[in-house]
Amino acid sequence: MRLTPDMIRLAVPFLALAVLLAGVFWLQPRAMTYSGLNLLFNLAVPIALATLAQMFIISVNDLDLSMGAFVSFVACVTATFLNDAPLVGALILLASIGAYAALGVIIHVRQLPAIVVTLGMSFVWTGLAVMILPSPGGAAPDWIRSLMTVRPPFVPMAIVASVLIALVAHLIIARSTLGVLIRGVGGNERSVARAGWSVLRARAAAYALAALFAVLAGMALVGLTTAADANIALRYTLLSIAGVILGGGEFVGGRVSAVGAVVGALTLALAGSFLSFLRLSPDWQIGAQGAILILVLALRLGLDAMERRRMRA
Amino acid sequence: MNEQTPILSVSDARVRFGEVVALDGVSLALSAGECIGLVGHNGAGKSTLVGILNGGLVPQEGRVEVSGKAAVQTAGWDVATARALGLRCVFQELSLCPNLTVAENARLMHEGLAGGAWRARARALVSKTLDEIFPGHGIDPRATVSMLPIARRQMVEIALAFCDAGTPPGIVILDEPTSSLDAGIARQLLDHVRRFVAAGGTVILISHILSEILNTATRIVVMKDGRVVADRPAAEFTQAGLVTAMGTAGREQARRLEGKGRGEVILTHAPAVGLPFEISRGEVVGLAGLAGHGQTELLRALHGRLSPEWRAHADPKVAYVAGDRRLDGVFDLWSIRRNLTVGALPDLLRRGLVQPEAEDRAAADWKARIGIRTPDMGLPILSLSGGNQQKVLFARALLTRAPLILMDDPMRGVDVGTKQEVYEIIRAEAEKGRSFVWYSTEMEEMELCDRVLVFRDGGIVAELTGASITEEAILAASFLGAA
Repeated sequence: MRLTPDMIRLAVPFLALAVLLAGVFWLQPRAMTYSGLNLLFNLAVPIALATLAQMFIISVNDLDLSMGAFVSFVACVTATFLNDAPLVGALILLASIGAYAALGVIIHVRQLPAIVVTLGMSFVWTGLAVMILPSPGGAAPDWIRSLMTVRPPFVPMAIVASVLIALVAHLIIARSTLGVLIRGVGGNERSVARAGWSVLRARAAAYALAALFAVLAGMALVGLTTAADANIALRYTLLSIAGVILGGGEFVGGRVSAVGAVVGALTLALAGSFLSFLRLSPDWQIGAQGAILILVLALRLGLDAMERRRMRA
Repeated sequence: MNEQTPILSVSDARVRFGEVVALDGVSLALSAGECIGLVGHNGAGKSTLVGILNGGLVPQEGRVEVSGKAAVQTAGWDVATARALGLRCVFQELSLCPNLTVAENARLMHEGLAGGAWRARARALVSKTLDEIFPGHGIDPRATVSMLPIARRQMVEIALAFCDAGTPPGIVILDEPTSSLDAGIARQLLDHVRRFVAAGGTVILISHILSEILNTATRIVVMKDGRVVADRPAAEFTQAGLVTAMGTAGREQARRLEGKGRGEVILTHAPAVGLPFEISRGEVVGLAGLAGHGQTELLRALHGRLSPEWRAHADPKVAYVAGDRRLDGVFDLWSIRRNLTVGALPDLLRRGLVQPEAEDRAAADWKARIGIRTPDMGLPILSLSGGNQQKVLFARALLTRAPLILMDDPMRGVDVGTKQEVYEIIRAEAEKGRSFVWYSTEMEEMELCDRVLVFRDGGIVAELTGASITEEAILAASFLGAA
C-alpha cells in the first residue's frame, strides 16, 4: 500500500507520542507498568474527549473558545445535580447540548464570528458553574467513579478508553454521511449548499456533537477527580485546540482526524509528565511545553512542504 | 429541429443587482435531446441565467416552468427541485470539496447514494462514469480531491454531473468545462456530450472556444447585455457570424481619449506568456479579453514589480485602483476622508505625524474635483453609494504622485453618470502626463483607450491601436486568438 499524504500527516503525532513515551520510560522505568501507564494517561482521557469536541467545531471552520469553561460547567453539574438528582442533572446536560446546537444556528444565520460568540459564552458557562458550585466540592456519582477506575486485564483503562473514543469519533467524522457533510462544509460550503444540503443543519449538528463530547469530557473528569470546581478545566480550551492541530488538523478547510486528535491530546498530556520527570521547575514547564508543540508543528510544516514539492513534480 | 414541448423553460426573466441589470427579459426553452451552446461576452448574463436554471437565483420578474406546469417563481423552483428533476451543473470555478475524497464528494452530490455501504457504491459509480466519459482516466476514487491535479479535478466534477445514482441526469449545464482540460480529454468530453444528447439528454454548453460550440451544439443562443440576441440552429452559424452576433451593430463609437502620440516609454514588461508590451507617458492602455484570462494577474505583477516590499516611498512609482471594493478597496470602518488620504500619507506628514489640516485640505480638494456626493467627508465610507465609493478609491490613487495608475475593472456596478465623470478625470490626468493601465470587461471603456491589449489563456494575443480598437476586433481576438 502506498503512503498517502494523509497517512504521513497522521504519522507525526504518533511519532511525537512515541518519542515522548520513550523519554518518560528512560527517565522513569517504573512508568512502564500497568499502574504506571494508567497514572500517566488517565487525566488524558477527558482532554482527549474535549479535543474531539473541539475537532467537530474546527471541522466547520469555527473555533470554540468556551471549551474549557463549558467542560468546567459540565463537571459542576455532574458533581452536584447528576449526583443528587440524576434526572434533573441529565436534563440540564441535554439542554446544554441543545444550547450548543442553537449557538451553531445563531453563528450561521447571523454570520457571526464563532470566536467572538464562544468567547462571550465562556463567561456565561463560567458564571453558571460558579452559581452551581461557589466553592470546590460536590461528589462524583458512583457509577462514573467506578467506570473511570475500572481495571481491565492487561491494558489499563486510560489506554482502552482512548482507543475506544478515538474509534467512535473516527466512525462519526470520517465514515458516516453526517461526518462527510460536516467536513464538506469546512471544505467548500458553497458546493455543499449547491448539492441541496442544509449547511445550517450541518453546522448545528457539528456543534451538538461537540457539546456531546464535551459533556463526556466533563463527566470523565469528575469521575477521576471525585469533586469539581468552577475553574477545573479552564486550560482545556487551549489544550483542545493544540491537540487538534498537533493531531494533523487544520484551522480551516475541514481537514481533521479523530485518531490524530486523540493522539495529539495524549501527547500534550504526556509532555507535562515528561517535563516533571526531567525535574524541570514548574516555572519553566509551560514554556517547555510550548517548545515541544513548536517542534512537532515544525516537523509537520516540513512534511507539508515536501508534499507540495511532490505535487508539483 | 423537431418541435417538442420544452422540459424546462424560463420566460421573460428579469434580474437586477442594485444598479446593474443582469437579465433584461430573457426567455429560454430547453427540450429533450438538444445541446444548447450559450455564448456571449463578459457580463452578457450567462451566469445569471444559469443561476436561475439551477434554482440558486430567483428572478425578480418572470417565470420558470417545468414540463408545462408553471412553477411559481418564488416558491416552486429551488436547488432541491432542480436536482430532483435531474438538473446538474458543472461550474466554471471548481466546486468540489477539496478536503474530501472523490467518493465522498459523490456522496454529497447524490442523495441516491444514501444507505449502507455507500462508500463502495460511490466508488463503483464514480469509476463507472469516469470510464464511460474519459476511458483511461487513471483516477482513484479514494484519492483526496486536493491531491489531484486541476485537470483531473475537472474530470471528476464532470463525471459527478453525469452520474446516475437513482435520479438520472436530465439537463446538464457545463460552464467552461474544458478550460483546464487538454485537447484529447476535451474531445472525449464533447463526444460524451453528443452521445448523451443523442440518447435524449439536454446539455447547456458555455465555452469561449467557439469551435467547440459550433461542433457540439445543436442550437446556439447568443447573449448580449442581459438579452438573448440570437437563438438559431447551430448549422446557421459560422465562427465569424458568432463573433458578429455577440457585438452590437450600429452603436455609436464612444469618444476616444485624445492620444497625443506616444511619449517617452516609462515601462516595458515581458510576461512569461504572450506578447511583451510597453507603456508610454500620458498613455491609457486597456486590457481586454474574457474575464479571468490573466488581466488581473498582470496588474498584480506590475504592481509587485514597481512597489517596494518593505517601506513606502513618498514618491510611489505606481498606484492601484481595486476592482472588488469590499475585498481590497475600502476600509469599512474608516471615514471617507481617511479612506481617501491613506495612499498619500507620506505627503501629509510632519515629524512623522499626520497633519489633520493637510488631510482636510487634500480631502476637500478632491471632493470638489471628483464630485463625491456627501455632506461631510468625516462620515463613514459605507454611507456612500457604490459609485461614490469608487470615486474615493480613484481619488486615493490620483492623490499620490504615482506616474502610473493600475485599474482592475474599477467600474463594476457603477452607474452611467459616475462613469462619465470618471472618464473625464482619466482624460484630464492623462493629458497631464500620467499613464493608466486599465482592465475592464466593458467594451465601451476599451474604446476610450489609446491602445488595447487583448488577453487569452493567460497572455496577450493581440495589440490594437487607435482606429483599429473596435468591438469586433476585440471580440475576434478574445474568442479566436490572434486577430
